Order: sequence, then structure tokens, then C-alpha cells
Amino acid sequence: MKKLHVNVSINNDDLEFLCNPEDTLLDVLRNDLNLTGTKEGCSTGDCGACSVILDKKLVCSCLVLAAEVDGSSIDTIEGMAEENKLHVLQEKFLEHAALQCGICTPGILIAAKALLEKNQNPTEKEVRYWLAGNLCRCTGYDKIIRAVLDAAREMRKDHGPNYS
Amino acid sequence: MDQITPKAVKEFKIVGTRPLRPDGIDKVTGKAMYGADLYAPNMLYGCLLRINEPHAFIESINISNAEKLPGVKSIITFKDFLKINPDNKNNPILENCIANEKVLYDGHAIAAIAAVDLNTAKKALKLIKVKYKKLPFVINIEEAMKTGAPIVSVGKKNENIPDGYSDNVIQYCSFGNGNLEDGFKTADKLIKRTFKTPSVHQGYIEPHACLASMSNDGKADLWCCTQGHFNVRSICSNIFKMDNSQLKVTASEIGGGFGGKTTVFIEPIALALSQKSGHPVKIVMSREEVFKATGPTVSSLVDVEIGMKKSGKITAAKAIIRYEGGAFPNETYELGAQSAFASYDLDAVKTEAFNVLTNRPTQAAYRAPGAPQSIYAVESVIDELCQHFNLDPLYVRILNAAKKGTKSSYGPTFDDIGLKATLEAAKDHPHYNAPLKENQGRGISCGFWFNFGGNTCVSLNINFDGTVGVVEGNPDIGGSRSSISQMAAEELGISLDKVKTVIADTNSLGHNDVTDGSRVTFSVGLATIKAAKLAKKELCKRAAKLWGIDEDAVIWKEGYAHPAGANAGNQEPLSLEDIAKVSSQTGGPISGHYEVNAEGAGVSFGVHLVDIETDMETGHSKILRYTVFQDAGKAIHPSYVEGQMQGGSVQGIGWALNEEYIYNHDGKLQNPGFLDYRIPVASDLPMIDPVILEIPNPGHPYGVRGVGETSIVPPLAAINNAVSRATGIRFTELPLSPPRVLKAILNKQ
Repeated sequence: MKKLHVNVSINNDDLEFLCNPEDTLLDVLRNDLNLTGTKEGCSTGDCGACSVILDKKLVCSCLVLAAEVDGSSIDTIEGMAEENKLHVLQEKFLEHAALQCGICTPGILIAAKALLEKNQNPTEKEVRYWLAGNLCRCTGYDKIIRAVLDAAREMRKDHGPNYS
Repeated sequence: MDQITPKAVKEFKIVGTRPLRPDGIDKVTGKAMYGADLYAPNMLYGCLLRINEPHAFIESINISNAEKLPGVKSIITFKDFLKINPDNKNNPILENCIANEKVLYDGHAIAAIAAVDLNTAKKALKLIKVKYKKLPFVINIEEAMKTGAPIVSVGKKNENIPDGYSDNVIQYCSFGNGNLEDGFKTADKLIKRTFKTPSVHQGYIEPHACLASMSNDGKADLWCCTQGHFNVRSICSNIFKMDNSQLKVTASEIGGGFGGKTTVFIEPIALALSQKSGHPVKIVMSREEVFKATGPTVSSLVDVEIGMKKSGKITAAKAIIRYEGGAFPNETYELGAQSAFASYDLDAVKTEAFNVLTNRPTQAAYRAPGAPQSIYAVESVIDELCQHFNLDPLYVRILNAAKKGTKSSYGPTFDDIGLKATLEAAKDHPHYNAPLKENQGRGISCGFWFNFGGNTCVSLNINFDGTVGVVEGNPDIGGSRSSISQMAAEELGISLDKVKTVIADTNSLGHNDVTDGSRVTFSVGLATIKAAKLAKKELCKRAAKLWGIDEDAVIWKEGYAHPAGANAGNQEPLSLEDIAKVSSQTGGPISGHYEVNAEGAGVSFGVHLVDIETDMETGHSKILRYTVFQDAGKAIHPSYVEGQMQGGSVQGIGWALNEEYIYNHDGKLQNPGFLDYRIPVASDLPMIDPVILEIPNPGHPYGVRGVGETSIVPPLAAINNAVSRATGIRFTELPLSPPRVLKAILNKQ
């Protein structure tokens, strides 16, 4: 079958790729574009390890067909640190030891970033429910939740008193 | 996040602090390379054909149509492994990877294909024609043990099996001491109950993945996510009749294991596909394959009988343990028997354990394998006895707790152990006396794990610029690079940023046992400290040479070589860096190497407190508060010790409340995915409060005890006891999922 041609912006870089109609966005990110920071845990949308931001919406890239993303803008974990400066969430995850094996970490960081873009001052409960679609088997979530709350605090501070 | 250190011990500068982990940046930026993240030139994709029958005789496998599909490069079945090495016919590890004559469980693989891409490989799978005859199957422990049950595998039964059981009962053991009959006679109350726990999966988020490349001269490279690449090498080189030296195994970063990645499932398959095709072959399991064909833990059926005086003193205790671990033998039943009563100092105790074959996936180790199931039963009966006598459950446990000098129920006499201190810390904690409301219950349980040592070697190299490289052989599954670097820096007296720890491949270091048994911080730490001591000795020798004095006249103190005393001279101390920089002129590079089969790991105890509220209308139990008390000996990096305590607790919470393998009447697994096999998610839980105790382990230079596994042991009984107290109904089967609890509530009404 003829491959499909797709134009996309990933982490602000314009890219194009060819894909089969059945390929998922996750397949293409990992197997064709060498963006292996996005992880595959289940391929059924249950674990959140493959979370990316697609046109400002948090999605599981295993549930998106690659052919669907033509003309879209995608953020992956590889674009989270800017010019080697870690995102506050990344710093806080390290500080709080919020990762053990680290396989769920990219997906959780992306999901947490999407949360903090919507809600700068989430409660613990809001963080827990927002991240309920991201499975972590190592940490019991405690340090992850603390890291996200601390990052939110830090980001509010950085953005001044009017950023609420 | 409290820390309790009861007596003044060795002073540390770096050990006990919380530095950022050295592999952290790679793991928060997506750079870290896990099992599925490596791609090789000219690589093929492999996948396996699995049969969805619990038990079947394979009559024929016809691959001719599949072979003809363009893009298919190699297909293998068990027969190929017999050509490689005739001894493979008696290799249970291989037979679990790929079936020989019989399919032994739903999802057992029977063939594998490598093709130019995954879509082609999957298409080709459908072209393989298989003829098989369905056989009667058994998946339940009780049924499997009865005479007349379908037999999973003939000829596996050990000689010491008592009469009256089917040939599925293959292994038996017993432990204990004292006179049970007399003990039970002196009790004021006897309680005997039978408990059940389901199969649960380790649930690591990273599916098994590997990339294998075998040349036609018989040399091979294997990249895989594993808890022990030296073990992978041993297993695979045995299958392929290769010299160990010809198979280089490199451990990728590992996305969780919890015991489940201590063996092989796809590695020999990828090697065989690569050998046959001449291409590198990558295999990545799907989540469904992980659930169906990799090891869950054993399911259990345990009888416990305990006699107690009204004072709370236990007079005698007995357990009969039956574990089912799928289609092949395992040792987990024995660990269950040994750990059941390990927390208590008992005059009369006996445990017996049976291992039973069933048509389920072969069990793999899961964090403290065997201990949660038997201890769940024991701790539940103790709690019921406490309720019966209206005694404080922590008081009763303190009264009966094992201590230094206790001859354990499984034989050894304990050295310094932290159980009593841990129980007392729980008793003194504000959680223990916090008020409870209606439909709420507080549960308590002790937990125990042996902790392993084992074969370990470490090289510690002093670079010419004064930095230090530590080379170890155990995959970093939860921050161990940090704790190993901390111990090296501490011992050498240099700053942490001068040390880098790497995990060597199997050709770059001697054999290291698997990352299991909570052994890494203990054993690799011990070897690192000893290697650093040897390096310091050499550094002193070099300083002596520079100063022109006897090497015995030099001592090492806080990162510097000093003259030992006034007689040795008054030379300015030399730093590690000073000596390293000129080491080329004093005899060449400096290093320390230490190898050991480590003993003295030091047993580990924990105590968990949990508050639960059960919704009497839905049967749903919510965790309100959770506190974990555990003896770490010495916490090298307290954040990662806490992480082990929290993570293990939450796995135990999942086991207690939700997780279970569900089979239908056809013996097929009904929930091989994270939607229906529900592990705890963030919104299910409160914060998990860890309290670290530090009762130094005499077997380790810094007092370390392993902390990885104990934390999964207590949650089962702690939650069972909490829900039982909240509802006024004694539960004896896990998980305490809403339907089960609601049914019991309705029955009571």
C-alpha cells in the first residue's frame, strides 16, 4: 500500500515523514523519527507512558494515527528542556527523587506540564486526578505529586504575583 | 518523612545525604536508553505466535506459507533449539519461552518470526498453520492437588511428597521446632483459618524488550532490559552451547522489574532468529504478552492456626502453605514457608509448604517472593486473636517479637535486628492514636524479608585527573548508581561529583548476581567500599614512594595521605588528586578491585499502619492514611530508601484491594491489560509516610540492610485487618475489591 506523506511541527521543528495508514503516532515518533523518549507501555491508552501534547491537548500517542497529525504541532519530552535548561518540572522531579526506574517519567512530565498550563495552582487532589491516567509502578506516586506541587509553586513565583 | 537512628553510629559526610541522582537528567529528558530504544542497522523485527489454550498437545506446525511472504527472513520453533543443542529438550526456562510438545498455559508461544518490519511479521504469524489437540487443564490450586486432576507435566514430582496428592504436587518442605501439641494445649484461644491470594503481576511499565545479533562465527551481542545481564548470559550461552565469553550482554536502562525481569522470555528467541537470518533482531513484547506469558507471582491457599494466651503470648503456631506457580517448578513455596513466622519468637512452630503445577504462566519472582502470601495469613490471624482478647495489636506483636538471639522458625539465629524498635516507633507515632470515625478501621501488620548477598565484583579506577570511575555489574533499577557513588566518595574522602558509577556489560567485569533479593546497595556497596579501601592502600603506597618513606608510615584520612606520625616526617598531606596526577611516575594507574560472594545481608523487618474507610453501600475501601516503618540499617540515600518503602507499599495496596488474574471457564486469562488489571493510580492514594529506622547491620561496613522488598509484605494483612475492623467482618481472601466486600456486607445484613 502507498505510504502517506505527513507534515508536522515537533518541538518547534518542521518535519515530514511517510507512514503506513495503520501506523500510530507513537510508532512514527519512536521508529521513524528517533524520538524514543516517548515510551510504549501498553499501546491501548491505559498507561500514559506515551503522552505527548498534540495541538495543546494532552493525548496518548498510541491512540493517535500518524496520518491524523498532518499540519499539527506536537510537544514531546525531547522538547521540554529549553537550550539545555531543564524545565522546572524536570528539576523538581530530580530534587524530589520522583523517579525510580524512570520509564513513566517522560509521560508524567508531559502530562504534568499540560496540567500546569491549564491550572497554575492545582490542589493535591487535582494533581492526583489529572495524573490518574499515567501509571507508575515504582514510586507509589507520593514523590511525583510532591514534585508537581512544588514545581507549580516555583512557577507561580517565577511568573510574579499576578500569575495565579 | 522521619528518620530514627537509635544510637550514635559512624559519622558520615556523604552517606545519608540526598544528592541528585547521576542518571537523572537523562531520565527526565528522554535520553536514557531502555530495552526498546536501541535500533541497529539492517535490523529485523521479531514477534511470537502464541496459542490461546491453557493446555494442548501440538500435532504440527506448518510454516511454509509464512516463509513465502516477502519480507520474512526467519522462522523458528522449538525444533530449531533442538538442532542448536540437543540438551535443550530438558530446559524448563527455554520451554517456558517457546513450547516443545505441549502448550502449557494460555499465551504460551510456539513459533517466532523475524521480518523486515513489524506489520510483515504480524501478517506472517497468521500464515503459520498449527494443529493441536486440546487437553484437560487445571488452573486452581485445590483442584490441581487432588488425585485425578489433569496432570500439567509428568515426572516432575519430588520423592518427599506425602501420599494422597496428584502428580501436580511436585515439591514439599517443612520447617519448625518445639512441641506444637503442648503449645496449642496451653493456649486460651485457638484460631484456625484458611486464606487465599490471587496471582498478581509485577506490572512494570516497560514491557520486555531486546535486540540480539549473532554472527555466523557464533559470537553474539545482546541488549536487553533485565535485572541481571550476567544471568541472561548464563542462560542463553547454555541454550546455544556457547562459551560465556562469546556472548556479550549489555543491560539497557530498566523500566521496572520487581523480580519479573530476573529470567529470560524473549532473549533466546531473538538470538535464534538472528542466528538463522544473519540480521540483528529486535523483539518488544506487547502488554498482553507481558500479562499472559511472563511471570506473575504465585497464587496461594494457606491454613494458619495460632494459639494465644489471654496475656497475648503466642503458645504455638502452624501453617500449611500451598502455592501454585504455573507450569514449571520454582522455589517460592520454600521462601513462603521460611518467612511465615519469621517475625516472632516462638517456642513451638511448624510450617509446611507444597508447590503445585497448574496451567498458568510460570511464576516469576515478585518483590519478596513468597513472603506476602504466607505473612498475610499469619498476621490476619494474629489480628483476630488481638480482637478476641481486646488486646492492643502492637503490644501483642512487641510481646512476641523476634529479637537478637531468637532462633527463627526457619532455623538461623538472628543477630541485631530492628523489629522491636520498628514496632515501638509505630506505637509512638501520632498515626497510631489518631481518632477513627464510623466505617473506618486501622490495620497493622509486620513484614519480613531475608535479604540476599551473593556474587559481586566491583572495579574502582582512579583516573589521572583525580576523578574516580566505579564499574559495577547490577542494573540500576531505582537509584543505585547514586548510592554506590556515595559510598565510594565517602570511603575515599572525596566529593561526590568526582565519582561516576557505570554498569558494565558482561565482558567488562566478572560475574555479578541478579539485581534481586534487595542485594545491590548491600553487596555492591560492600564491594565498592572494599575496593576503595584497596585503592586507598595503593594511594598510601604511592605517597610513601613520593615521600621516600616506608608505606606503613602513611595513613589515609579524609581524602588525603598523611604521614602516620611524627616519626614519619612532616610532609604536607597529599590529596587523592595530587597522587593520581603523578601516578604514571610512581607505578602506573591506581585502582581497587574487590570480589566476594557476600554474606551477612541482614534480615529486614517493617511495620505498616493503615487507616481505611469502607463504603458500606458499594464495598469500596479507601486508604485514608498510610505509614511505613522500616529498618534500613543505614539509609545511604534516604529519598530512594523512602521510595522503596512507598513503592512497595503501593504494590501491596494494589494486591490487597484490586489486582488479580481472572480466568474464565476455558482457562483463558480475561484481563491481560491495564484497563482490567487495575494497578493503583495516583487518585486512589494518599501520601505514603515513610519512617526510616537505622539499626546497623553488623554484616556491612556502613550498616546497610537491603530495603527493596520488605515493604510489599505488610500491606496485604494490614489492609485485610483494617477492612475487617471497619466492617466487622473477617475477610480471608484477596483482593478486597468492592464486589467481594459488598457481598460479605450484604450476607451479614
